[in-house]
Amino acid sequence: MSKNPWGTVAERLDRNRYETDTEQSHILVNQAEAERAGAGPLLARICPARVYSEQANGEIGVLYAACLECGTCLAAAPPGVLSWSYPRGGMGVIYREG
Amino acid sequence: MDTTATAEVDFDVIVAGAGIAGSVTAYRLALQGHSVLLVERGPSPGSKNLSGGVFYCRVMEEAMPGFLLSAPIERRITRNCLSFLSASSFVNLDYADDRLAQSVTAVSVLRAKLDEWLAAQCEEAGVMLMPGVRVDALITEDGRVTGIRAGGDELSAHVVVAADGVNSLLCRQAGVRGPEPLKHLAVGVKSVIGLPRRVIEERFNLSGDNGAAYAIVGDCTKDLGGGGFLYTNLESLSVGVVLRLDDLARSGESSAELHDRFLTHPATESFLRGGELLEYGCHLVAEGGLAMAHDLTRPGLVVVGDAAGLTLNTGFTVRGMDLAAGSALAAAGVVDSALKRGDYSQEALDAYPRELDKIFVGQDMRTFRRAPLFLENPHMYGDYGRLLSDIMYGVYNLDTTPRRHLAAGVGDALKNSPLALLPTVRDALAGVRAL
Ligand SMILES: Cc1cc2nc3c(=O)[nH]c(=O)nc-3n(C[C@H](O)[C@H](O)[C@H](O)COP(=O)(O)OP(=O)(O)OC[C@H]3O[C@@H](n4cnc5c(N)ncnc54)[C@H](O)[C@@H]3O)c2cc1C
Ligand code: SF4
Repeated sequence: MSKNPWGTVAERLDRNRYETDTEQSHILVNQAEAERAGAGPLLARICPARVYSEQANGEIGVLYAACLECGTCLAAAPPGVLSWSYPRGGMGVIYREG
Repeated sequence: MDTTATAEVDFDVIVAGAGIAGSVTAYRLALQGHSVLLVERGPSPGSKNLSGGVFYCRVMEEAMPGFLLSAPIERRITRNCLSFLSASSFVNLDYADDRLAQSVTAVSVLRAKLDEWLAAQCEEAGVMLMPGVRVDALITEDGRVTGIRAGGDELSAHVVVAADGVNSLLCRQAGVRGPEPLKHLAVGVKSVIGLPRRVIEERFNLSGDNGAAYAIVGDCTKDLGGGGFLYTNLESLSVGVVLRLDDLARSGESSAELHDRFLTHPATESFLRGGELLEYGCHLVAEGGLAMAHDLTRPGLVVVGDAAGLTLNTGFTVRGMDLAAGSALAAAGVVDSALKRGDYSQEALDAYPRELDKIFVGQDMRTFRRAPLFLENPHMYGDYGRLLSDIMYGVYNLDTTPRRHLAAGVGDALKNSPLALLPTVRDALAGVRAL
């Protein structure tokens, strides 16, 4: 993946600017529902920022601080799996180009 | 129910979201002397926004006269290219025209800069801008929208304008608009690559502040519905893919990998070589066309721009910014007369969708109403690109076997393609009609 001259997704996101909300995550996963619906692989591959990962214990990891707030996961996740809102005012990604 | 508000309100109008739709609405209403609050969740307007970047900006001369002279635009698009990509080839339809530089119908923009400028124009016109504040919900009373809730506070207005973009959580929570089917949405994954001005002008054969826009279909999405784009800014390139969510969810593909694959395809790579990655981002695109433009009003509420589903993807062009501005103009006109008459009822505000139908927004949405269905055709993204590349290969691969007329070469290429002649012709006709 990193034969790509633009680096891995994580390396690219490092160059973006974020104001991370350290008090609360704007993304919550209902792990039981996610497991029942088998949503892990879907979330892991559709998110352009690779916020979701499948953990060894079967749960879905959420790196909410990397989120680019597009809404793809919310649109595509089976009902009941995600509770997703925009971060609180002023928090989250800060595009300088757009 | 009494629909004419007489009670004291905090503002005549509250606009939620300072993108193009929100800022243009707020600006026009402030010019008419109304008190307007513009609330934006980003720390500065534009900091949450992303588009491919070609703004068909004619409408701005009406919305904000002088736009072309003072707005932070990057380049005037004078070269448009449609590329069909296969794994090893690309076939380009290249259209350059000096007339486009004279008429300036399209410019490239970067939203973080453009939207900040638009909001500054609003403030100058008397709008009260409140950045860094997320609107948490619309307040409704007896089916009428009466204000907003934000950070524990409540603010009231005669009319609330939902300009909160494609996800429009505000309309969704209020039950005004439901979640859209996946095929009505696509995700755009984009990089901005910095390059010196001179290099961009050489690589794209441009002079001065002229610019080029490439729309790419085929291999760049591994045959998923969608396409690639490559647009020139003054000192950077906007490059990325748009992937229809129904196909993406079904396919097993990864959105980030498809973006990377497109950027490293030889045809793309040669343009980007040596550049520096300035930003990586993503955003949803409304793709439903006319089918998505519903439920635009409620008593006390109008919905504008992407929140109203007003985007058109014709394959050649993605248009949302011009429709956002156009819908804002229409909405501002209707809200202005509603405020003057003190009537914010459903009936009064329903003049807005009728107004949209009279101008290019509604008319173009109607003209291109078949485009989403046409673009759902899976052949659009793979087989046609390969077919074209086989035909061109036949024309140029002069390997000392005797040449035949183009028509025979097309026949051969069709035979080797999974495409049948009749449906291909039918698709071509459907395309001509839809686009
Ligand atoms: C990859 C991609 C390529 C595109 N290419 C083009 C193109 O080349 N040409 C073109 O014309 N269009 C293009 N579009 C479409 C275009 O970007 C949109 O149609 C346009 O941005 C819509 O403007 P808007 O003002 O309606 O919404 P947005 O620009 O999304 O603005 C919504 C605003 O509301 C704010 N907001 C949201 N929720 C809240 C809340 N709860 N409280 C406060 N503020 C809130 C957001 O922060 C944002 O500032 C593209 C889109 C994408 C994703
Ligand atoms: S909103 Fe977009 S970037 Fe954020 S987690 Fe969901 S898919 Fe990833």
